[in-house]
Amino acid sequence: MKTRRDFIKISALGTGGLAIAGGAYNWANGSELAEGMSAKAAGKNLKLNRFPTYCEVCFWKCAGWAHTNEKGNIIKIIGNDEDPHCNGRLCPRGTGGIGMYNDEDRLKTPLIRTTENGQQTFREASWDEAFELIAQKYQEIKQKYGAETIAGFFHGSPGSHLGHLLHAFGSHTEAHPSYAQCRGPREVAFAATYGSGVGSPEPTDIRDTRCLVLIGSHIGENMHNGQVQEMADAIDNGATIITVDPRFSTAASKSKFWLPIKPSTDLALLLAWINVIINEELYDKDFVEKNTYGFNELKEHVSKMTPEWAYGITTLEPALIRQTAHEMAAAAPSVIVHPGRHVTWYGDDTQRERAIAILNGLLGSWGRRGGFYFPEGMSLPKFPTPELPHPEWDWKDIHDKKYPLALLPVSNALVEASIPENNPKHLIKSWLVAGTNLPLTLPDKDQTLKAMQALEFLVVVDTMPMEITGYADVVLPECTYLERYDYIRSAPHREPNIALRMPATEPKYESKPAWWIAKQLGEKLGLQKYFPWKNIEEVLDWQLKKVGSSLEEMQRIGVKKFDRAFGAPYLVDGENFEFNTNSGKIELYSTEMQNAGFDPLPSFTQHEEPQQGFYRLIYGRTPAHTFSRTANNPNLVDLKPEPWLWINPKVASIWGIENGQYIWLKNQDGKITQFPIQVRVTERIRWDSVFMPHGFGHHNKRLTRAYGKGASDAELITNVKIDPVMGGTGMRSNFVTFLTEEPEMEVES
Amino acid sequence: MRYAMAIDTKKCVGCSDCVVACQTENNVPIGYARDWVAEMVAGTYPNVELEIRSERCNHCDNAPCVRCCPTGASHIIDGGIVKVTPEECIGCGACIQSCPYDARYSHPEGYVDKCTFCDHRVEDGLDPACVAVCPTKCMYFGDLDDPSSDVSEAMKNRNYKALAPEAGTDPQIFYLL
Repeated sequence: MKTRRDFIKISALGTGGLAIAGGAYNWANGSELAEGMSAKAAGKNLKLNRFPTYCEVCFWKCAGWAHTNEKGNIIKIIGNDEDPHCNGRLCPRGTGGIGMYNDEDRLKTPLIRTTENGQQTFREASWDEAFELIAQKYQEIKQKYGAETIAGFFHGSPGSHLGHLLHAFGSHTEAHPSYAQCRGPREVAFAATYGSGVGSPEPTDIRDTRCLVLIGSHIGENMHNGQVQEMADAIDNGATIITVDPRFSTAASKSKFWLPIKPSTDLALLLAWINVIINEELYDKDFVEKNTYGFNELKEHVSKMTPEWAYGITTLEPALIRQTAHEMAAAAPSVIVHPGRHVTWYGDDTQRERAIAILNGLLGSWGRRGGFYFPEGMSLPKFPTPELPHPEWDWKDIHDKKYPLALLPVSNALVEASIPENNPKHLIKSWLVAGTNLPLTLPDKDQTLKAMQALEFLVVVDTMPMEITGYADVVLPECTYLERYDYIRSAPHREPNIALRMPATEPKYESKPAWWIAKQLGEKLGLQKYFPWKNIEEVLDWQLKKVGSSLEEMQRIGVKKFDRAFGAPYLVDGENFEFNTNSGKIELYSTEMQNAGFDPLPSFTQHEEPQQGFYRLIYGRTPAHTFSRTANNPNLVDLKPEPWLWINPKVASIWGIENGQYIWLKNQDGKITQFPIQVRVTERIRWDSVFMPHGFGHHNKRLTRAYGKGASDAELITNVKIDPVMGGTGMRSNFVTFLTEEPEMEVES
Repeated sequence: MRYAMAIDTKKCVGCSDCVVACQTENNVPIGYARDWVAEMVAGTYPNVELEIRSERCNHCDNAPCVRCCPTGASHIIDGGIVKVTPEECIGCGACIQSCPYDARYSHPEGYVDKCTFCDHRVEDGLDPACVAVCPTKCMYFGDLDDPSSDVSEAMKNRNYKALAPEAGTDPQIFYLL
């Protein structure tokens, strides 16, 4: 099928000529970094062979040191002992981050879509040529439709630079799939309850907890580093772990109680726990009386939601529900009912997260040691620029009051607004995408492809030839985090702290840092006044000096900690804490939800069930990989080359499927995976569900190690349940059946 | 002095960080490994148990790989660390066959390679790379003859086991249960 925007495998050029190693480009872009650093080192008679960085393999952003050898090549990365995100210990992906730098499949030069002999292909281009083209197209779009019609989709560090560029050009619409495809519901639910969201890293005081409750959160398979470390500390300390999961996860195997719940019924369990804790008067009475609003309404609301009621929904024994409630209450307030991270499951996710927030409120764990601490971050001042333009409309107008409590743009709403036949109030005409591989990130891949086909102009910035690059008009090769500066990491924690990322070596090939791309493109667009700095070092040094450090100091130490300025990390006895809610209290009964037209107290809703012969698709993580971005990393592929599909032995036996066999999956809408996936027959999964890790099944041949390895869950997630509160995409109401013979399919050209 | 390692199966999550840290520390070629993670599942849903273990050379006191080496390339150094001298190794593979733990591999450069307990780091007073990197701190290294070493402390008041005791090799990697 011919389309306006043919998928181009980046190999279209086919020659080895892509690699323009070295290049004429001064890697530090005018900075004297390389010389400066070695000169400084020489002055101190030291061989400077380690450079501070913080990791970009996942969002935890652990700080570490990149070590280089005499030739200047990066040889290993180790954690920074001072860093509270990692305490000197990176996870396998951070340790293997070196593979991102060494990957020979990396994007090497800017690429421009062109047509040769009637066939769409890419041609190599210079940076200047690429910038010229983008600037020309952006000006055209601005004239024809307004700058507002250019939307950004970002993940990770490049977004901060490119978002500034878009804003300077006149668009304030940028979405991060980490919101509507991941943690958005919990942020909204906790904000509605406590007046502040959860944030990242989660301020869960796992290190000192006596009881950790995990609802489908698989710490240990997700390597959210500090959290994994603290869970191990909690095990050392003899804390009780309660894991609710239809799968015998790694965390479940470490737990005193594993509740093998029927999938999609978690909210019933939470309500039953609330019922027990209220009815048996196990809640923290002083805390509840002093700090909460709406207790009586809650009590009345859950009065009939007994463990016996929940048994008929969750299949969990009432005695087990009571016993685990007692465990939590006995540990309170040193108890954490963990909010989880990826929580867009069934479309009522904000309500489920509200129940988690309420349960923590009853147990009095908010602001208590071993519960949730009050995190504090170091706020770095913004480098002064002229006031940014005020677009005539932005993402809020695209939402059009549809998701009243969404605090951030909803990526799927922007995708919908990019499809003309949806008649959106504001039609998006162009995307700037960085660090996120949308076809494998967003559910309903067909809709994403449809939106991309309709775009007038698509620019993609990435380090790797991810699938999204194949749909781009211009591809810009970003250098990896080990070869660049970015803005300071200043995520809140128990102690405020900052971390520096600086290049450990020159960027390979013609790749460039995102800050440089944003500034150069900004200048081409006549926006130089919004980029009033020579280079990012100038910005960083200015910012750091404002908080009593300097670029020079941070280059030496990598991480700097500061004293807390806003009080203790826990509530002090007798303190009258004012919560940022309408009532000033922890809202067990949410007036914000009520005002927005939603249930002020959460109720259980029945979700779709698999038909005969179909199994619920549960997806998750494997510790060596981060979504689709690591699937081609040589070091990490070596650890985990391809995904498994977990199938219960009874199911496998009915189907005659054997361990190690490759099968294709077909979902409830007839969607079949492009590639087969290898089966792992295991007792660790229920008979009504299957499990696979997210992020595999790449179809771009330029990802030579990842191509064709396993199925992509994104292909199978076509039944998307939108959370009406904040627009999150519930993705766990998809069901698959097995095809043991290779199906006939139209292959994407 | 007797170097040994204790690994807490209650804490290990099987993330394989020990594997990748060893590879980058010791320049192990991609596709090969000196250590690895084993997962053992027992029982029937929902009565399931899982044991996760980081495994490597057991630096046995009674090491069959050393006994069978025809050139003396496999040898034992101070502290009981079993090592291979690449220059003396002819790559015959007898040691690979004799090891009950499958802990040795043929390096593409023609010699047999294996875990060294990172003796180059231990000399400097550091832990082996796998121990130093482990996010769960489930691995403990040190001198068993020193009752205050990390490994001795970790084994106090805990049940533990070694792998394949029936092979009679007197292994020095212990799994805390």
